[in-house]
Amino acid sequence: MVRRDLTLVMRNRADVATILFFFVIVVSLFPLGVGPEMNILRTIAPGVVWVAALLASMLSLGRMFAADHADGTLEQLLVAPAPLALLVLGKVIAHWLASGVPLVLMAPLLGLQFGLPADGLAVLMVSLLLGTPVLSLVGAIGAALTLGVRGGGVLVSLLVLPLYIPVLIFGAGAVDATVSGLGGQAHLSILAAMLVLAGCFTPWATAAALRISLD
Amino acid sequence: MSSGGPNWFKYASPMAFYPLAGRLIPWFAVPAVVLTAIGLYMTFFVAPVDYRQGDAYRIMFIHVPAAWMSMWLYICMAVYAALGLVVRTRLSSMMAQAIAPTGAMFTFIALWTGAFWGKPMWGAWWVWDARLTSELILLFLYIGVMALRAAIDDTRRADRASGLLALVGVVNVPIIYYSVQWWNTLHQGASISMTAAPTMSRIMLWTLLVMTFAFWAHAFVTSLMRVRGIILERERHAEWVAEMVDETK
Repeated sequence: MVRRDLTLVMRNRADVATILFFFVIVVSLFPLGVGPEMNILRTIAPGVVWVAALLASMLSLGRMFAADHADGTLEQLLVAPAPLALLVLGKVIAHWLASGVPLVLMAPLLGLQFGLPADGLAVLMVSLLLGTPVLSLVGAIGAALTLGVRGGGVLVSLLVLPLYIPVLIFGAGAVDATVSGLGGQAHLSILAAMLVLAGCFTPWATAAALRISLD
Repeated sequence: MSSGGPNWFKYASPMAFYPLAGRLIPWFAVPAVVLTAIGLYMTFFVAPVDYRQGDAYRIMFIHVPAAWMSMWLYICMAVYAALGLVVRTRLSSMMAQAIAPTGAMFTFIALWTGAFWGKPMWGAWWVWDARLTSELILLFLYIGVMALRAAIDDTRRADRASGLLALVGVVNVPIIYYSVQWWNTLHQGASISMTAAPTMSRIMLWTLLVMTFAFWAHAFVTSLMRVRGIILERERHAEWVAEMVDETK
């Protein structure tokens, strides 16, 4: 499942690039809007990078099930002998590899532009590494629920963004705590806990949502 | 099933529940009005002035019951949504739909009155503290559930999709409730608990409880009135609705 989805993504490499550039552009807008003062930028950097990552991850949610829904593959998956939650998990992992990992790799570069110190950059990467899979997992529920609903794109943001907020708080909080010298260990542990919980429960919820949508 | 005693499952059918709801409404409407009147009188004239917060604390008598109701109604909505998903009774989904707007209203009132209290006490309308933020998320969840339902035309799918979303959102309720204990926040901790003596005077506690029951009764009235409307709208092709409309003509 993961390999199949990744192959499909690689055939449409432009999609991945679009998401990545969206991320870069949103982050780059802030220095232009706030003004190029390094002290201010350094304090808002974790929040800005995280919010941009949230939006970028959300933008790509629509693609997680839409194509399979359109050509009927999804209905085949529903009647497949393998448990649906497992197949969903595969799709989510593929989505994360295609949309989350590029953000993680790009983040330190953007952090440098905002003048984050080296340890801050490292924690930023780790927090994104732990946090973006949670975004994909939780977002999958929203994507499945809004499948084929009119105005689905805007609706999915209304459903998913409130559920993203805890990830944002702890992700950006980890970097903030590290930069201010408190150490981001606690925040990272909570992020990891969220990842474990989301990994255990959201595939079932997504599978249930898919069943409802394709009823 | 019918081995003595009333058959409670009878009221799971919209046709049986519709007249029951109609009969129940006055039983909750009267207490709602009376208790609100008593509660407001106690709020403004009976409860003593707080020695630290002055008169401004009186908004607590609206704020705290509204906040309790916002969480409680969310749980009620989620339970009905779960029943609708698992047992597939139509009425459960209708109740979940009927409760959502009232819950959203209480969430909004809790946030709004909290802002009025925060201005004189903390010097700010809003602070980004854990409890305030999680209550704001609750408002977003209510709106999300209602928006998802409104976006889907097929009622059965709308019921189940918004029900699932409501269930996912339940995670937030304990976060709100325990936020003042888990985080070191500006919002003060609970003054009332089941296990210890309340840290407020008896008369304040009574005012709070009267207002809570007034709000609760109000929630019953609005939900029942709304569910009657929903039943009529959804069952408009059913025979009993047509008969009833003929009778009233």
